[in-house]
Amino acid sequence: MNPRFLLPLAVFVVMAVVLAVGINHSHEVGVLKSPLVGHQIPDWELPGLTDPAKSLGSRQLKGQWYVLNYWGAWCYACRVEHSTLLQVQQQGRVQIIGVDWVAGNPDENAAALDWLSRLGNPYSQVVTDRDGRTAIDLGIAQAPESLLVNPQGVIVYKEPGVITPEIWKREFLSRLPKPGAS
Amino acid sequence: MAALPALAAVLLVGAPLSTAWAVDPQAMSDPQLQARYEVLIHELRCVQCENNSLADSDAPIAADLRREIRGMLNAGESNQQIKDYLVSRYSEFILFRPKYSWRNAWLWVLPVLLLIIGGVIAVRVIQQRGALVDNEEDADVSRT
Repeated sequence: MNPRFLLPLAVFVVMAVVLAVGINHSHEVGVLKSPLVGHQIPDWELPGLTDPAKSLGSRQLKGQWYVLNYWGAWCYACRVEHSTLLQVQQQGRVQIIGVDWVAGNPDENAAALDWLSRLGNPYSQVVTDRDGRTAIDLGIAQAPESLLVNPQGVIVYKEPGVITPEIWKREFLSRLPKPGAS
Repeated sequence: MAALPALAAVLLVGAPLSTAWAVDPQAMSDPQLQARYEVLIHELRCVQCENNSLADSDAPIAADLRREIRGMLNAGESNQQIKDYLVSRYSEFILFRPKYSWRNAWLWVLPVLLLIIGGVIAVRVIQQRGALVDNEEDADVSRT
């Protein structure tokens, strides 16, 4: 048989494979894979939201699991996420550290405090990132975004958007130690 | 009304220069640093709104990134150091122009390769068609 007749078939197979790979990865389109996942979290230290003199940082949190949640009172999606965070806090499996991302908003501080008093506070501690330098150092691209950090200080997971109860169960709980195991 | 063409001229000439001014409160004091800054923010992607560069994005992270880049320039860091730092935080995705590397080689080689393959196919088809026409002409000649 003339091998030329196989050419269209070969082209078809190559295209099918390329498109199948593309479709399989389509849910990841627009999701930035952080190069920091699997590595030590860059050292961070930020002033408290209520008391700027009281700072919190990666050093103090060594030895503990924590979720670092970037949010802002200007961020609509953060409001969507908020109820899930409150549920998570009630479960008590892991502490959530909130980082209020000022992002150039002049009255962010007051708006953030107002947010927490009206909608409830899911955070064990809240710090504030005024100029976004820590956000950049942690590879944060938008709000909300959350990092799950283990007691060794390694970022084990990054959620590049709103945490829903399903995502919490699938991506966070599955990585946390079983209750009573440690 | 004579002012109108003048105004239009100013707007037209000024438009390409004004991109960074639109998003930044003020230019950097050193014009050389400002020039490097303009180049950098056009080459770096806004990590939130992915089809915009840092220069034309008003996303919060873009503003923070521009401020950080200005700070790093003022601290005397090279363009390469700044890019390397951002790549280490956001991956190569942040670069509009991908790096030359073995992993990226296919990006650079594939278009050339496809052009060559397409060219070869085109030449062959044209030659075959030419041969067909020649044969037909020969046939016509032999019949008469």
